Order: sequence, then structure tokens, then C-alpha cells
Amino acid sequence: MAKHTLSVLVENKPGVLARIAALFSRRGFNIESLAVGPTEHDEVSRMTIVVNVEDSPLEQVTKQLNKLVEVLKIVELDPNASVQRELVLVKVGATAETRSQVLDAVQLFRAKVVDVASDAVTIQTIGNAGKIADFLRVLEPFGIRELVQSGAIAIGRGPRSISERAKPVAVPVPPAANSN
Amino acid sequence: MSDQQQSGSTVTGAESLVKSLEAAGVTDIFGIPGGAILPAYDPLMDSPIRHILVRHEQGAGHAAQGYAAASGRVGVCMATSGPGATNLVTPLADAHMDSVPMVAITGQVGAAMIGTDAFQEADIRGITMPITKHNFLVTDPAEIPRTIAEAFHIASTGRPGPVLVDVAKSALQATTTFDWPTEIFLPGYRPVNRPHAKQIREAARLMLDARRPVLYVGGGTIRSRASKELRTLAELTGMPVVTTLMARGAFPDSHPQHLGMPGMHGTVAAVAGLQKSDLIISLGARFDDRVTGNLDSFAPGAKVIHADIDPAEIGKNRFTDVPIVGDVREVLIDLITTLRTEQEAGNTGDYEGWVQFLAGVKAKYPLGYDKPADGGLAPQYVLERLGALAGPETIYTAGVGQHQMWAAHFVGYEKPNKWLNSGGLGTMGYAVPAAMGAQVAMPDNTVWAVDGDGCFQMTNQELATCAINNIPIKVAVINNESLGMVRQWQTLFYNSRYSNTDLHSKRIPDFVKLADAYGCVGLACESPDDVDATIAKAMEINDVPVVVDFRVHRDAMVWPMVAAGTSNDDIKYARDLAPQFDEDDL
Repeated sequence: MAKHTLSVLVENKPGVLARIAALFSRRGFNIESLAVGPTEHDEVSRMTIVVNVEDSPLEQVTKQLNKLVEVLKIVELDPNASVQRELVLVKVGATAETRSQVLDAVQLFRAKVVDVASDAVTIQTIGNAGKIADFLRVLEPFGIRELVQSGAIAIGRGPRSISERAKPVAVPVPPAANSN
Repeated sequence: MSDQQQSGSTVTGAESLVKSLEAAGVTDIFGIPGGAILPAYDPLMDSPIRHILVRHEQGAGHAAQGYAAASGRVGVCMATSGPGATNLVTPLADAHMDSVPMVAITGQVGAAMIGTDAFQEADIRGITMPITKHNFLVTDPAEIPRTIAEAFHIASTGRPGPVLVDVAKSALQATTTFDWPTEIFLPGYRPVNRPHAKQIREAARLMLDARRPVLYVGGGTIRSRASKELRTLAELTGMPVVTTLMARGAFPDSHPQHLGMPGMHGTVAAVAGLQKSDLIISLGARFDDRVTGNLDSFAPGAKVIHADIDPAEIGKNRFTDVPIVGDVREVLIDLITTLRTEQEAGNTGDYEGWVQFLAGVKAKYPLGYDKPADGGLAPQYVLERLGALAGPETIYTAGVGQHQMWAAHFVGYEKPNKWLNSGGLGTMGYAVPAAMGAQVAMPDNTVWAVDGDGCFQMTNQELATCAINNIPIKVAVINNESLGMVRQWQTLFYNSRYSNTDLHSKRIPDFVKLADAYGCVGLACESPDDVDATIAKAMEINDVPVVVDFRVHRDAMVWPMVAAGTSNDDIKYARDLAPQFDEDDL
């Protein structure tokens, strides 16, 4: 099984996420991460979906996703030709003795302390899945009290945009569409 | 409503809905009113649209399917929220599997109450997401016309399918303006109709190089109205043709190139035609498991040209050598043009040995059946005679099971849109309401529902609808007092232990009395000698529905058969009898 990152442009309408999630769950695919947010076009949302799946069932799911009326475009992003980032907020134990070691790790990984309490700090870090895993391994000995992780978001490298698309084509409505 | 096209008029949401349906060209709706949809039924009373009040929403849904499948027009059904809407689930799933253009309108509880477990509330949009081509929830009355226009466009174009429009009661009651859109924008919906020229050339090349090609014709050929073009291509090339359960009638059964229906209960010639081919040209078919049997051993020597309007079908089950995305009719037109040009340049395929081989198989293993030793009535004989007497203009619907397979084989179909059945979902109870819908769409054709005694008891309440609304369908109940196909499997695979398949339907109910109670004519027939006279009598009655109880031999089985999950190579044309192929002829 290989990890695939799909960027899916969808119409910004209620229910779209449910349709997409249902297509994956029907085939028993576990979505590893999913991030949804607005894009440079108000009417378009972008989903970044990371799944662990073989190539051929993925192709079938991609085709099925393309059939959804509200899905505008699907692009699989090659990890080597794209930038992928996840955001992590992690609450780590930090006593008087360990605090400096924790802060060293934060500096080493170019992370950031966003909240400080008497015996814990909350750290924010941004990176790809590999860097984040490494960072968490270093923090492990200090005691990870709480961890929250965003889904990955990803964008292709280079000057081109996947949301460049032809203007939507108007379909004329026949005067009596049903009376043929 | 003379002002139906008038734009910008102030109306209620309910009036806007009815005007929108009129503007979409709707002439007939099957439905049942109830609380949430009630506002829409008031303006419907003044509309030229004919609303047929059914007895169960499932009947409305199947009627819309039958209407659509017989005529090619979009079928429409209407129901209220909650249970009314959930009763449409089976027909929607059925229409989704069999690509039937259909629009379902459901009432929803008021917008402010959605999500509160209000009386008769069900999230029908959520429930039907995986079984519709698309669905909508409308809470803003201003969106009603555009949504209806989009629903009809989506249902009827590309690969057809069911679309559900759920309208909140508050939107129906609110005041709004009616503006029928002149154009719609669906940026994510762009069906491809025209095939790619390069793929056509590649397909033509494979067709010329093949020695054992077969045209594998599916239901998409009927939906795209491509029968004429199919016949032209078949006769131009001389290739053998098989028509799937969904495509019966797409190519005349009487045509010498026709091998019949392939699949689990296919003819030996059709199964062999696919299995031993070196090139399968799939036209609007989807390599369903009931056609392929065990996929790994299906047609091992065949290359595949797969033409379908739905790209997701291509390569789904079987590897495709030449994928062609496009409307089957357009694909056929382009293939004909290309192959004609090749022919004029002296390039034709050589399929002579293959055609001879299959002709031999067809002659050696024709469709057949044993007459019951006790002189009882063979179900196959009933269908053979029905086909002969009712003729090719008659529309036949069927339920699901043994009677469906016998009807598929023995009636004989010469024209498209004359055989309607539940292929993908396998919905028992489809026949009677679908026949009702077909009869409304095609009032000048005779419509026969061929039903089993099990199926018939699932939806026969619509006989009341037919009798009251002058919809004179005819029903042939193939009564073997059993859930016959399940019983056949019990005979073959469960040591003849008949667990819960005996329906006692020759005793209870009395179908003749049941017909009578519903204001229909009831007839019964249990001897082969009476079959012709009984059918003739049923054909004479055109003012009320007719139900004929054909009390047939209960042990008749459907043959040929490829047991589930096994290879098509293991087809049996009768119990324990495998066909012998003279492979040297190939």
C-alpha cells in the first residue's frame, strides 16, 4: 500500500464532504488525513485527502469522485513535486529540570512555544509528516499530554495553479426538457 | 396554467414547484400526498399535469422507472417526508443501478425543524446520497426553479440516473418569484458524449485484426437509443452479438447473428461467444458479475474494447485494451464510418471460422426445456406462447427470479424499450408498478407484467391504482407457489432442503378473487391446452387490468446455469450436463 495525496476542488456547498467521505468508506478505505478550506475563489473549496491504498482501487475512487456533480477537479500530488505541510499543537510536560531541554528541542526543530503553564508548554510546529514524527519522538520522554494534528495540506511546486480552469459553461435549458 | 412560462410572477414555493415541473415538460407524476408535501398538492390540482395517486410510494417509484424505461422520458414521482420518502429508497437504488432517468420530489419538514427529529422527519438527502446520481435539499423557495431545471438535466443526460429533490415545507409555503432559468451552470458536471477519434481508430484496428470478436451489448445501448446503429455495425462486420439482461431487445432476437443473453443463465452460445472470444467489444455494458462469473477465468483470451459514457465503468472489473468514453450511439456511428472506409480500401475482418463455430454451438445447444411428466404446465411454454401471441410491439415488465429469466429467454424481443426489468438491484415487486408506469407513458402499446407469485405479492396493491385510473395492464403470474429461484438453489446446493421458500400461493391467496376484488378481470390457467385461449381472452380485454394466474409446474428450473462464483467454462445446459465444444472448429 502506498500513500497518496489527492487535491480535490469542490463547489463550496453543504453536503459535499459527506458525499466524498461516503465514497471512501463504501470501499473500506481509511482516510489518513483530510483538510478542507477555502481557496482563492469564494465558490470553491479545496480538500487535501491523504489515503493509504493500492493504485488500482485509488483510480476507481478517483473516477467515482469525478462523477460527483459538485467535484470540479482532482489532482494527485506527487510528493516530490509538491510542498506538503501539517500543523501540530502539542502539550508537553516541562518541569524546572526539563524545561530547558524541551526548549532546546523546540529551537532545533524550529518549532514555537505558544502557551506556557507551570509544568507544561504548548508547542506549535509545522512540517511534513516525517519532520513531525521526528519531533514528536524527541518530545516523547518529557511526556506528551495532549496532541492535535491538522490534516496535511499540499500544493504543487512551480508557477502553475490547479485551480486554473475554463469558465463554467452554461447549459441551455430546453423550453420543455421532458417532452421529447 | 396559461401563465406557466411567465417570469417573475409572485407565487408560493408550491406554485413555483408545480410551474417548474410544467416548464420541465412533465406531463405525468406518480405519488402520494402527506403533511410536508401537502402545499404542493394544492396547485397540482389546477395543473395540466396528470397526477396518479398510487397506493404505496414504492409503487410510485417503480412506476416512474417503468415510464422512463418504456419512453426514454424522465419519470417523476412525488412523496411526503419521512416514511413517504424512505419508501422511495428501493426504486431510487434500482434506478441508480439500471441508469433510469428519474426525478423524485419529496417534501421535507420545515427548515427550522430540520435536524430536530420532527414528526415524519428523515434525512432523505443523506439516506439517498449513495443511491442517486445527485440530490438536493431546497430550503430557499427562490432556488426551486433552478434546482428542478438542474435535476432534469442531470437525470436525463450523460449516464442517466435518479435525482432526488427534497423541498422543505417552509419553502413550499413561502412567497417567492417564479423565474424559469434559460441556462444552468454545473461546473463539475460535464458528460462526454463524443468519443475520441484516436480511440475509435485503435478500436477499428483491433476489430479488423480479430478472428473471434463479439459485440457485447449492454443496457447503455438502449438508453442511448442506438439499436439502429448497432444493427448497422453488426451487419457491416458480420460479428456475433450478445445482449445482456438489460439490453434484451437492443438487437432482434430473430437475427441470425444474435447468440442471445450471456451470463449466469445465459445461452450456451452467448456464454461461449464471450468466453472463447479474442476480442470483446463492450457497448454500454459493465462486466457485471452475473455476466462474467469468476472474473479471473472470464474470457481469458480476449482483448477488450470498452465503450461507455461513464468513465468509472471502464476498467472497473476487467482490464481494458481500448477505452472509449462516449455515448454508445456516437461511438457506433464513428466505428461504422471508420470501418466502412477500411472496407472500401479492401480491409475487412475474417471471422468466418468463428461464426461457423458459434452457429454450431447455437444449433447444438438451443434454449429448451422439459415438458413436465405429469402433463402440468411448463412456465417456459407460457412465456413462449405469450411472446408469440402478444407480439413485438408489446411491452413486457418482469419481477426478479425464475420467471424473469424465462421471460428474458422465451418471449423473444425484436425492439428496444420493450423489455423492462430490475437488472442490477434485483428488486422483487418491480413488475406491476413498472407496467403501470409503462402503460401511462405508452398508452397505445399492450403492457404485460410477467410476475412470480412471490414478487406479485410485494406490490400488487397498484392494481387498484390501475383499475381506478384506466391503466389496463395485464399481469401473467407465473405461479409455482414458491420463491422459485431460491428454491432452485436449495435444490442444487442445499440438498433439496426447502427452508422457507414454500409460499402456498396456489391455495392462498386466490389470485382470481384478488383480481376481482381490485376491479380487475382474473383468469386462471393450469393446462398447456388452455394457454393460448387464456392469453387470447386476456388480450381482448382492454378496459380494465387483467390478472392471469398461470399455475405452473413447481419443479421447473432455469437452465443454462453457471453456478455463482464459478467459471463460465463450467456452464451446464441442464442439470449435470456440460456442453461439449468441438474446439478444433475454432
